[in-house]
Amino acid sequence: MQNQLVYMDHGATTPVRKEVVDSMLPFFQEQYGNPSSLHTPGRKVRQAVDEAREKTAQALGADPEDIYFTSGGTESNNIAMRGTAKNRSGGGHIITSSIEHHAVFDVCRDLENEGYKVTYLPVDQFGRVSPEMVRKAIKPDTFIISIMAANNEIGTLQPIREIGSLAGELGILFHTDAVQVVGQLPVNVDDLNVDFLSLSAHKFNGPKGIGALYVRKGVKVDSIYRGGSQERKMRPGTENVPGIIGLSRALELAVSDIPKKKKRLEALRDELIGGLLRIDDVVLNGHPEQRLPGNVNVSFKHIEGESVLLSLDMEGIAASSGSACSSGSLEPSHVLSATGLDQSTAHGSVRFSLGWGNSKEDVDYVLQKVPSIVERLRNISPTYHSR
Amino acid sequence: MYNETVIDHFNNPRNIGELSDADGVGETGSFKCGDTMVLYIKVKNERIEDVRFQTYGCGAAIASSSMLTEMVKGKKIDEAMQITNQEVADALGGLPPLKLHCSNLAADALHNAIIDYRQKQGAS
Repeated sequence: MQNQLVYMDHGATTPVRKEVVDSMLPFFQEQYGNPSSLHTPGRKVRQAVDEAREKTAQALGADPEDIYFTSGGTESNNIAMRGTAKNRSGGGHIITSSIEHHAVFDVCRDLENEGYKVTYLPVDQFGRVSPEMVRKAIKPDTFIISIMAANNEIGTLQPIREIGSLAGELGILFHTDAVQVVGQLPVNVDDLNVDFLSLSAHKFNGPKGIGALYVRKGVKVDSIYRGGSQERKMRPGTENVPGIIGLSRALELAVSDIPKKKKRLEALRDELIGGLLRIDDVVLNGHPEQRLPGNVNVSFKHIEGESVLLSLDMEGIAASSGSACSSGSLEPSHVLSATGLDQSTAHGSVRFSLGWGNSKEDVDYVLQKVPSIVERLRNISPTYHSR
Repeated sequence: MYNETVIDHFNNPRNIGELSDADGVGETGSFKCGDTMVLYIKVKNERIEDVRFQTYGCGAAIASSSMLTEMVKGKKIDEAMQITNQEVADALGGLPPLKLHCSNLAADALHNAIIDYRQKQGAS
């Protein structure tokens, strides 16, 4: 029976705020001009796009000229990594982590096949990359380091500032996939010492299909696309104007909400974690403190994540899992494996990611439902009985 | 992604548990995705008189185990030996393609239980 909907999958995507939708609407039927056109309707839209770029830059402490609108986090990551590699066609060395999103991880794998060398840094049991490990991995031909600001599955925050200053010291470019962090925690590109930063609007109550890439002035990147001169040729193609407007409005709102939202989500998060850990044989994945305000990731031993998700869904609770069965592959998540979690515990992982719409009642409801779901599935499980 | 029959068997699995006086016990698992099934049978006059299962796995794994136990209860063991994983999936009204390979292993556990039963018979 479907009860109330408790949406706890904000790490996957978030609802678009009403103010954001309202800001976008005029750009479908009224202000529909192409910003590259010379005529008045086009020029008006160009001005709106310029303003959106300024707002976006301001939210990141960046210069508007350094903001490139893209279709989202995946494209931003591809442009930064491939574009930098392309600029140095002679090969060279890349440092990344073993827990990156596939939009960085798989690009690095491709670059490896194309003759670049890649070091995939290990992480500790909490999913942290150590700046010292980064330093040790640096070679004379290392030209870029790419470390995510926070992991999407286990929510672990990385020491970006430290890695950034290390990279800056040595004149190596530094990219961070900040898709999970922008709009959740304060981000300033100078403070973090990053040369590239990827973000995606739908993770902070903006629309899907729009994101941005920050590229520090003077950094050389080759365009990986051929087309018009939009986004200074870095991302040719007519701009997604409603998306750009929506992104900038959502970011503006999200950033101004950070102080109160962060506190609220952290309190809900810690309450949920505490409640889940009171169940027998449950372990927390990720870092106990250095984690995203809304991220909860636990493994229920002796049961499998997808069966937990299905049962939660029947109670009206939307969550996600890093288990093999729910990922569309047969392997459990590379992130959980990298933290050293054994396969069977990794299969029992479930992520609850909290967002603006969640309340204490939602947390209470989840904590009321989960124990019986876990008990029921454990009663079916052979590994629980043979303990 | 799952049809109503699968969801029903997942939600209300039939014949869960162990049989302490089982005549045959069969186990199977997918090393890769971690699914594990244990099947217990009680045999009388060459018929499966009772059957129980325990499964660690996703919705499809639990539902297919449950469906299998319904299909074999009362069946002659020779007939039960012929049941295939595909027939279990068909009885469920189909499973998502990926699940056919990793989670649809209940018939294998049954066959192992029957082999175990026959070995015990031969030994006694």
